Amino acid sequence: MAEYRLEMKGVSKSFPGVKALDGIHLKVRPGTVHALMGENGAGKSTLMKCLFGIYKMDEGEIFLDGEKITVINPDDALHKGLAMVHQELQPVPERSIAENMYLGRYPLKSFGPLKVVDHKTMNEEAAKWLDNVKMPYDPKAKLGSLSIAQMQSVEIAKAVSMNAKVVILDEPTSSLTDNEVEALFRIVRDLKSRGVSMIYISHKMAEIREIADDITIMRDGTYVGTWEVKDISDDEIVRQMVGRELTNVYPPKEQNTKDEVVLKVENLCSIHERSFQNVSFELKKGEILGFGGLVGAQRTELMEAIFGMRGIKSGKVLMHGKEINVARPRDAIQDGIGMITEDRRGTGILGCLSIADNVSISSLNEYLTAGIALDHKKIEALVKDNVAKLSIKTPSSKTQIQSLSGGNQQKVIIARWLANNPDVLIMDEPTRGIDVGAKYEIYQIMIDLARQGKAIIMISSEMPELIGMSNRILVMCAGKLTGEVSGDEATQENIMSLATKF
Amino acid sequence: MTKKMDIKKILLDNGIIIVLMLLVLITGITKDNFFSWNNLSNISVNTAARVIIAFGVSGCLITKGTDLSAGRQVGLSACLAGTLLQNADYSGKFFPSLGDLPVFGVLLACILLCMVFGLINGVVVSCLNVPAFIGTLGMQLIVYGICLVYTNATPLGGYRKAYTVIATGKFIGIPFMFIIAFVLGLIMWFVYNNTRHGKYMYAIGGNESAAEVSGVNVKKTKIIIYVTAAALYAIAGFLLGAKAGGASVNMGNGYELEAIAACTIGGVSVNGGIGRISGVVIGVLVFELLKSSMQFLGIQTNYQYIVQGIVIIVAIALDIRKYIAKK
Repeated sequence: MAEYRLEMKGVSKSFPGVKALDGIHLKVRPGTVHALMGENGAGKSTLMKCLFGIYKMDEGEIFLDGEKITVINPDDALHKGLAMVHQELQPVPERSIAENMYLGRYPLKSFGPLKVVDHKTMNEEAAKWLDNVKMPYDPKAKLGSLSIAQMQSVEIAKAVSMNAKVVILDEPTSSLTDNEVEALFRIVRDLKSRGVSMIYISHKMAEIREIADDITIMRDGTYVGTWEVKDISDDEIVRQMVGRELTNVYPPKEQNTKDEVVLKVENLCSIHERSFQNVSFELKKGEILGFGGLVGAQRTELMEAIFGMRGIKSGKVLMHGKEINVARPRDAIQDGIGMITEDRRGTGILGCLSIADNVSISSLNEYLTAGIALDHKKIEALVKDNVAKLSIKTPSSKTQIQSLSGGNQQKVIIARWLANNPDVLIMDEPTRGIDVGAKYEIYQIMIDLARQGKAIIMISSEMPELIGMSNRILVMCAGKLTGEVSGDEATQENIMSLATKF
Repeated sequence: MTKKMDIKKILLDNGIIIVLMLLVLITGITKDNFFSWNNLSNISVNTAARVIIAFGVSGCLITKGTDLSAGRQVGLSACLAGTLLQNADYSGKFFPSLGDLPVFGVLLACILLCMVFGLINGVVVSCLNVPAFIGTLGMQLIVYGICLVYTNATPLGGYRKAYTVIATGKFIGIPFMFIIAFVLGLIMWFVYNNTRHGKYMYAIGGNESAAEVSGVNVKKTKIIIYVTAAALYAIAGFLLGAKAGGASVNMGNGYELEAIAACTIGGVSVNGGIGRISGVVIGVLVFELLKSSMQFLGIQTNYQYIVQGIVIIVAIALDIRKYIAKK
């Protein structure tokens, strides 16, 4: 038997302009759980996509049980014994458990000249495999009737039924309760004892300690190293994950924070149990307040709730000391809050509309003549003003926003909010998908706004950005605020340890 | 190379209009009376009623909705007007003891009645989140049912001169109906281009979530769109009744589909966010010219339906193609 069940050697992958993976190694021993760790964007998902043939590797080799293999697509991977339980499951909830397990490979029987699905065999087989992983569900029940944790076990049962040698668990616990995590770990240990290897992607230190044998750390698409979990401390893991130098890509920091509290949030709880709970914080005039945390820390959910896009069960939001009731974004805007959302395509740009329409849509009330007709000249002046001020590169104000680059689209959205003159501007991942030059310009705009006395909240998953821009940083983990770091004392290490607290 | 591509693109993007205009030209050259003042005036009157319906439907389409109750609302409006504006001495008078009501008052009543259905459509689509296709399909049946109950399927006729003159009358040679449609077109153009409501409508069609996040009152805007549309159907039904000099429950049947097709031919995107009033006018005009040409060429009515159906499918296929190309 080969020393390693799965071995990936020197895997490199480039996208236009970016080297996403550079010589990554991954060696998974038989019957072990191998943790794969790294910051957001370190390249973990890209590596797994290369393993499954979703991306084609530029360089590198894959060995399974010592034999060199080439994977063409996820289906091919499955037949070679590689299975993946996704972070976001992609099942067909309206169909039965058995049908989901045998999707695309239904057992068939002859019905006269026709081949039809053999439901009896399918259900019996499914029941057998479910029983095998100690999940005695009725295979005829609708998959949608199960909890997310149970759906995961079904996925695992499916992997086992296909005789998987390596199962990849991509942040499997991100939406599970403690009890469900325990149940999942029982299955994981059971699989381990049968010699199945698992790659376990997670940010949660405690889980890694409990379940993993080995750990491989990646950083910015490069291979950092592989350790046995018992040989490496939590602090060391964090240091290895972030250990890069801050480069000078940020404007000089300014302290514009005034004493006046603009926004106050008290004990805010989401309507969803697993989202943010009991969050309280204050935001001051002229302050840039950073929100740090890992993906799934519920920072976006919190901000979208303050802005009226999500439900709140309890808690208060106060603007200038007065409690506000926000049921929808329109209410928040009237109370002086603006928000640049994370999903620019989904909830930001009005794709097929012009720059002018995109800039003015939130503030059309300001541009009326006789109470009815829009004053196109005034709108044009507003747009010209913003195009110049934010140096938006566009052929004309009538250009469709979807034809601009990501950075320029983002500036148009910023212009939309500036036209509204909000007191608080929430910016969720303001520089995601934007090139370095435009990033710097957006940072500069943020500092200008703070200088004018606007209060800014910035969610960022890029640690250096958070540290480089914020006057103060609040860190969240699993829906709770886990700590506060002042902008001057912030380091990647102390943020990361707060972000992995639970 | 690029120039060649451009010509190909222009041909494809406007393919339907180009083909139909050719058809019109051929008809005009081969048939003597096609381009006569009389026929053009007739086409303009036919177009007038249809374009008013299409104005209404266009708002629904731009916000990614639709309104399948349009035709039946046209029919109900025509029937209501018919029952209230008959000659006192007409033997089959629906309300034998009814006096002469003011024509304008009856028009208002038609508009108000249809606006109620439009309001329900708007609420169902925006507040109950029922897909517009299903919600307005239900309304189509409801309105037809109400019309049957109200008229008991009695054919209506014997209209007062004061009513029918709206369809037959002319002002310096231009039919009243054309003038009415023209004025309504101007108003709709103003609403679409120069009001907040218009901008919000395009924003919702472009990206409903983003519009909501930008503070647009999505529900209110959609309700206004469906109510406005209903008011326009009422006007169209009122005019069509005057033009036909009679009405029955089957009036307006299928008009919503022609209106949707005409909008699409005129560049209103079924994917939302795109569409101009001028485009709607062109679309309806092209469709009416097509019908008229086919009549002049002596094509049987039965075959005309087949041709219209093909035109609708091709038009929408070309529209979708434009959208996919953009991605």
